[in-house]
Amino acid sequence: MLRAVGVDSPDALFAHLPPEVRLNRPLDIPPGKSEYEIVDYFRARGEECAPPGSHGYASFLGAGVYYHYRPVLVDTVVSRSEFLTSYTPYQAEISQGTLTTIFEFQTMICQLTGMDVANASMYDGSTAVPEAAMMALRLTGRDRVLVSRAVHPEYREVLATYAQHQGMPVSEVDYNRDSGGLDTSDLEKQIDDQTAAVIIQSPNFFGVVEDVRRAAAIAHRHGALLIFVFTEAVSLGLLEPPRDADIVAGDLQSFAISPSYGGPFAGIVATKEKFMRQMPGRIVGETKDTRGNRAFCLTLAAREQHIRREKATSNICTNQALIALMATVFMTVYGKQGLRELAAQNLSKAHYLAAKLPLRFTGPFFNEFVVSTNSSAPGDINEALLQNKIIGGLPLQRYYPELEYSMLLCATEMSRREHMDLVAEGFR
Amino acid sequence: MYPEELHYTKQHEWVRLKDDVGVVGITDHAQNELGDIVYVDLPRVGAKVEQAKTMGSVESVKAVSDIYSPVSGEVIEINDVLATSPEKLNESPHGDGWLVKIRLSAPAEIQGLLSAADYEKYVAEETGH
Repeated sequence: MLRAVGVDSPDALFAHLPPEVRLNRPLDIPPGKSEYEIVDYFRARGEECAPPGSHGYASFLGAGVYYHYRPVLVDTVVSRSEFLTSYTPYQAEISQGTLTTIFEFQTMICQLTGMDVANASMYDGSTAVPEAAMMALRLTGRDRVLVSRAVHPEYREVLATYAQHQGMPVSEVDYNRDSGGLDTSDLEKQIDDQTAAVIIQSPNFFGVVEDVRRAAAIAHRHGALLIFVFTEAVSLGLLEPPRDADIVAGDLQSFAISPSYGGPFAGIVATKEKFMRQMPGRIVGETKDTRGNRAFCLTLAAREQHIRREKATSNICTNQALIALMATVFMTVYGKQGLRELAAQNLSKAHYLAAKLPLRFTGPFFNEFVVSTNSSAPGDINEALLQNKIIGGLPLQRYYPELEYSMLLCATEMSRREHMDLVAEGFR
Repeated sequence: MYPEELHYTKQHEWVRLKDDVGVVGITDHAQNELGDIVYVDLPRVGAKVEQAKTMGSVESVKAVSDIYSPVSGEVIEINDVLATSPEKLNESPHGDGWLVKIRLSAPAEIQGLLSAADYEKYVAEETGH
């Protein structure tokens, strides 16, 4: 190969690089290993982990990533090479299969959220939030954003990262120390005529279901938009769709997307029809081909950066097609009734467990809730639970210094009664 | 073809002057080149616009084109009809399909715009017929 390109050593390939940027020694890595040594190595590392579902571990950890059942059909469909290896469906003539699944995805997201249009997915929930915020800036001509402190702390970090170079001042609205829901009086105090959007999450990071209508009324009275964020998509199977919101941004990890140590997931942005031209990302539309048959194609592309460059609504130039397909198959397998039953199971299991524990907040909750650990350190409780092969909840102090003796717990359809009883004992 | 009382730009906008207010639109040639218009993005009432600077955009089935303001001033009214009936721009570019009304801040700018005859000549040169 070297001969073909006309050089005599691999080093010669890099000869044009300035010496100060070159590493003038071999890389500090061990010598090569055989394939079976590598497989052994990774098996051993795998044994050190405690993945829920295998090795007999049960998990009560939620906080944005949830342990749900993944129907077998999901991997059967997404591992088909037509989906697994396909590129962006720019050429509608050869991409009807991919386009059809994306169109179905958008349709189901609209049904779930009560919005008119959904995009073909975003990277994840955390990046969908700032995209929704910037959309609100364009729609209102204002620049300020208010975000509830009960929105996922890492989503707020991503929002801050985007905001610092967007000229988008972000202020945080406190949560009510009793209910765990949005502090509406703090919202009333902070909202002004430069506020483009109010961002709330429901169920919020503490698991508390927010009064969306009330938050929307306050936002709208001041000419601001309400952005509704969700991290637990299964909750939409039971809770009222956030129709009062103007923009919905969320993460679909709960819909058969493996936790995978934090990603990749798929996010969404959905909105009302009157706002769709300011929506970021890709949209698939339904049309007719030259013979009058139903067909699908990418549409409203004039918002996108491969058409309009710096005037695009967003610099996102892709979508999470394969991961979003997992969610599509999940929604298809469960259906409307199945999703409702799944959500009901989550609700009743979480409430079974919560009834045995001292709750920190009084607000209504779905499948997550905050427990007071009294004077025990949450970390110690988790250590003890791990001895029983139980992964406990999230100690909240890391994100909320004022919640030192508090732990966020989550129960799903995967939680078994014997494990829940063990968790309850762990808090005694 | 092009109304005498309007003033034109080489970016294919027109302005109809009444006292210190100019009604602004895009020309028949522009709408013809764009094809079926599906969406019009206009500035807000109260927005300050500058001559030859972008003030909005027109989206057709073929493309998105910026609208350049033919004059400087403040937007005092926008044509709300276009939000629901963007096709008015194709049907009546010099009439019902007007875009915005601007209160001129520099009326002398009008002197630099083209007459109907000059604009028609310019379009003929540009299109080569």
